[in-house]
Amino acid sequence: MFEYAPAPESRKLVTFQSSYGHFIGGKFTKPSNTYQTISPATEEILAEISTATAKDVDLAVAAARNAYEKVWSKLSGAERGKYLYRIARIIQERARELAIAETLNNGKPIKETRDADIPLVSAWFFYYAGWADKLDYAGLGVNPKAHGVAAQVIPWNFPLMMLAWKIAPALAAGNTVVLKPAETTPLTALLFAEICQQAGLPDGVVNIITGFGQSGADLIAHKDVNKVAFTGSTGVGRLIAKQVAGTNKKVTLELGGKAANIVFDDAPLDQAVEGIINGIFFNQGHVCCAGSRLLVQESIQDELLKKLKKRMETLKLGDPLDKNTDIGAINSKVQLDKITKLVKLGVKEGGEAWAPNCEIPKKGFWYAPTVITGVAPTNTVVREEIFGPVLSVLSFRTPAEAVAKANNTPFGLSAGIWSEKGSRILKVADQLNAGVIWANTFNQFDPASPFGGFKESGYGREGGRHGLLAYLKGDN
Amino acid sequence: MPKIEPEAMVGAKITNLSLRRWLHSLPGVDKVGLEARAASLGTRSIKTTSKAWALDAAIKMMDLTTLEGMDTPDRVRSLCLKAMTPDPTDPDCPSPAAICVYGDMVQVAKQALGKSGIYVAAVATAFPSGRASVAVKLQDTKDAVKAGADEIDMVIDRGAFLSGNYLEVYKQIQAVKNACVRSDGTTAHLKVILETGELQTYDNIRRASYLAMLAGGDFIKTSTGKVTVNATIPITLLMLQAVRDWYDQTGVLIGIKPAGGIRTAKDAIKYLVVVKEVAGEQWLTPDLFRFGASSLLNDVLMQRQKLKTGNYSGPDYVTVD
Repeated sequence: MFEYAPAPESRKLVTFQSSYGHFIGGKFTKPSNTYQTISPATEEILAEISTATAKDVDLAVAAARNAYEKVWSKLSGAERGKYLYRIARIIQERARELAIAETLNNGKPIKETRDADIPLVSAWFFYYAGWADKLDYAGLGVNPKAHGVAAQVIPWNFPLMMLAWKIAPALAAGNTVVLKPAETTPLTALLFAEICQQAGLPDGVVNIITGFGQSGADLIAHKDVNKVAFTGSTGVGRLIAKQVAGTNKKVTLELGGKAANIVFDDAPLDQAVEGIINGIFFNQGHVCCAGSRLLVQESIQDELLKKLKKRMETLKLGDPLDKNTDIGAINSKVQLDKITKLVKLGVKEGGEAWAPNCEIPKKGFWYAPTVITGVAPTNTVVREEIFGPVLSVLSFRTPAEAVAKANNTPFGLSAGIWSEKGSRILKVADQLNAGVIWANTFNQFDPASPFGGFKESGYGREGGRHGLLAYLKGDN
Repeated sequence: MPKIEPEAMVGAKITNLSLRRWLHSLPGVDKVGLEARAASLGTRSIKTTSKAWALDAAIKMMDLTTLEGMDTPDRVRSLCLKAMTPDPTDPDCPSPAAICVYGDMVQVAKQALGKSGIYVAAVATAFPSGRASVAVKLQDTKDAVKAGADEIDMVIDRGAFLSGNYLEVYKQIQAVKNACVRSDGTTAHLKVILETGELQTYDNIRRASYLAMLAGGDFIKTSTGKVTVNATIPITLLMLQAVRDWYDQTGVLIGIKPAGGIRTAKDAIKYLVVVKEVAGEQWLTPDLFRFGASSLLNDVLMQRQKLKTGNYSGPDYVTVD
């Protein structure tokens, strides 16, 4: 019948160097202490990446300090904005190449990098470019000052997008940065370093070091860093908070989540199904704000689950470079093991796991989209962040019960409400402890909208005017 | 196929009130979400073998249409000949499912098509506005059926629907369905045109779909092609959800026909993707899915030639109709 023939995006548009050093002071250092970065879909080796030592961190922070003192802090906002606009435009021009690179190194489908990740990256730079000469209107009085050197450590789930969320506001506000991408996904950050060169950005304004957790820890601990921004797990976030306690460093943390996606019986059901799919299977569920707990009103539970499972059967899992792929590869073996272990535990604790019948490729790291029913708020899969394509389903009878269950988590990053009744949406939203609440939609991002969490999901906001404040003195 | 019992579906005797309660209890439609889903399905990339399959399928599922005031018997005959041999250079090229004409051209078309197996569909019930007495609409239908129409494309009374008189719409569809019965007891296939462009909201389109299915329509069809907004992907997606859910509830398979404004092979392929992913492959047959289109065929033929030869031939190499 009507099967989709392979429609792979061409790999030829992107060339990686065989090995990369760090990007410090506008130049790439000689590769050292290298490790291999791979494509999680095929386990193919893409490039050799350097591991930053304490000395490399020192050099990078010094380059950033030097650029801050001598160049960046002396430029007018309009001049800084010019560079940011230029970067934004180059990202648009090289969008296809960046999308392919991101898909190769991360494993996520090209459809997402092409239609979500990369367009958001350039949008973020355009948005904050506009702020650079308007800091007087940020709400901190006239001529607010930057912190100085920002240390930024980002995760592997949206590598280039997280870089944009960090670097764009930092530079607009007048800081210089040292950024460390996640060890498994350094390639688009290194391509971004080339873009900085292409844009003629003054040397040292952006420095990128690569490596593992220790390199990140060294960077955050560096005494000459003024501002720390981290996105990642709550566990590491806790360590960072401890590490910077008692110093003058400003900190923003964007950590884990276990969002409730609440579907009331008067919801637009077909769109709710799409929202649930998008909420948990977008980016293989490697999303801190993923709607990983479905809370569905008892009276429509059977109907909704039936529709959901039917819809899941149409999800195409496979080659991330294929334009028709909906579900790509899990980013790493470590993450795959974690997901597998948690789902096994969920089943052991009495949950029933269901996945559509989809062929799993032999090479690479894969996990079929999964729904776990028959679980309660006490189950591990309902409490812990799985960070994978796994949805836990709970039911509720009354709005009060929905709110109580939704809030019963140490996290508080995001939530979703599905109802055709506007007043109910507003009332429930008011009672939910979550930084971002979507109504009749899920996983929508815009550079003008602040994003961040409550409780163990972190503190500080990224995006919008609020995201800018984190990089200016006088906040708090 | 199982037969539906309208009263059992509605859970009450059929009155305007019970119909209203039933239709208004259907889940709402979120416009943003529906359109986002349609746009996302529009990004599917259909290449090589799947494109070849889709192009042939688009022809096989086509109601090749001419509905103009200036239609002539010659023009209709010429269209019928084209349906029988769409591409004279390629004997393997399939034929459209049907020719769709006004009632007075049914005989001409029937004669021209002979035993080709291509159906004749006639628009009836004071198409496209539906603004005539019920008696006239029924006579219009009976005339077309008597002239040999295999399929009847009727329009619903949008005025009655929008005023909340669901019972009137329901009764008219039932009456037209009865008028489709031939003297030998067989029945012309009934397609119910909702004229979605005039129903204004997606909620109304879902309700009208259910009403038409309840009243016994074999197909639900988007548009007459005579108003500003005709078939769109989101509207078709919504109606596909309706036929899919109807099948789940009743076991009855209802067909669907987007019509108007589908002009390119690229568009047609997008529709086929939506059919496959929303309703399922079961609907990818001329028995359950049709395109109502006039200029679409030529574009599909050009794309077919391109796929075979690697070159675009241009409009001079397909016939005018």
